[in-house]
Amino acid sequence: MQGKLETFIDLINQAETLDQLQSHILSLRDLYEVEHLVYHSVNSTGQQYAALTYESYWVDRYLDQDYARIDPVVVGCYQRFHPVDWKRLDWSGKATRGFLGEAMDNGVGNQGFSVPIRGPNGQFALFTVNHRVTDEEWFKYTGAHVRDLILVAHFINQKALEIERGTDALPGQSLSPRETDALTLLAMGYSRAQASESLSISEHTLRVYIESARFKLGAVNTTHAVARAMVKGLLVV
Amino acid sequence: MLRYLYGDQLHNFPKLRNTMFKDRADQFHRRLGWDVYVNRAGEERDQYDLMNPLYVIWQRADGTHGGSLRFLPTVSDTMVNDHFLHLTGGVRIESPLVWECTRFCLAPEAAPLVSAALMLGGAEMGVGFHLKHAVGVFDSRMVRIYRRLGWGPTILGADGSGRDAISVGLWEFGAPVRDRLLRKAGVSAEVSQLWFDRAFGVEKQQFAASA
Repeated sequence: MQGKLETFIDLINQAETLDQLQSHILSLRDLYEVEHLVYHSVNSTGQQYAALTYESYWVDRYLDQDYARIDPVVVGCYQRFHPVDWKRLDWSGKATRGFLGEAMDNGVGNQGFSVPIRGPNGQFALFTVNHRVTDEEWFKYTGAHVRDLILVAHFINQKALEIERGTDALPGQSLSPRETDALTLLAMGYSRAQASESLSISEHTLRVYIESARFKLGAVNTTHAVARAMVKGLLVV
Repeated sequence: MLRYLYGDQLHNFPKLRNTMFKDRADQFHRRLGWDVYVNRAGEERDQYDLMNPLYVIWQRADGTHGGSLRFLPTVSDTMVNDHFLHLTGGVRIESPLVWECTRFCLAPEAAPLVSAALMLGGAEMGVGFHLKHAVGVFDSRMVRIYRRLGWGPTILGADGSGRDAISVGLWEFGAPVRDRLLRKAGVSAEVSQLWFDRAFGVEKQQFAASA
């Protein structure tokens, strides 16, 4: 799964059109073995973009009815930045129950997990994984994948913003010399303990440098970050 | 009790909000002499308060502020990345799994348990939201408090020396730290969970059952 996820993230990073992004969302859904994935973005002028796996009938119906007004996922995540299991949202109102029933009739699963993202200039996006399983299975599933999902959500959002802007050069994305040093030592086969000793920093400090570099490189783990930095020609090993 | 509130929810608790910003002025401007802006109402607010941060606040029985912390994910503007890069080896710390914690504030004569309770709130969020680290800027006098609570930061760098030093530190989240802080704060796991659930919603079983 982890190796396949890296391949998938690389595809996302290479996407140049929103159509490509949409097709990657479909593959990611299969990779994660869930019923649905939804990426939905709204910018400050109200322009919307979505890449998702719901039935087109349901998407049209949702837009037509302007269900975003009452959808607990949108209402509960808007202006927030913490990830949310759908079980924690308020599904109690009459209109909401009706909406939920209709959603399920249209193939939306009973379990969901959403990651809200606040982008630049008031942009807001939601990345959702939706599935149909028992509470116990869902608890296990999210426990195993949440951190990946949070990262993937941000990578997809960055890519969507890049495509919208028509440039792939994100400002402030370059690595600092310290981050490059840390990755270089790992690429040379140093352990974390050896690398931190060589750089005269604690292992905790090294870990946050790597975490930071990983995010900037669009990588899901340390090995992937080293690989991506090599491909980008950032490391001299 | 602990409250977890986003900036846009503070208006529901005007007394708590007003006393928090006044206590911040008292701590950061008057007592510590930091170069912070205090408005005519005697409140300390900065640009990060305008970014709808998530506050962890100790609310006293009379509804006033007993202490607070402020969190923002490091994927947007943060104090560390905007002003303290020279203390992080030049590294812009950016990850949705790392949140910045700033403005650790205690009301004058706050009970000793308040510090522990605030740290507990931070730890609950870290565990509840699957975060890896918190990063923060703090006055060196705080280091002793953090260490006494059993959750000392790794210091990434410090400016100045002695009592006046300002440091950037790193905290690693995890269940063991949360459990230790429960004991230090004298709060049961159940009560702490209740405070968290009240803010972020209870995991309801009937949702799944209705499917």
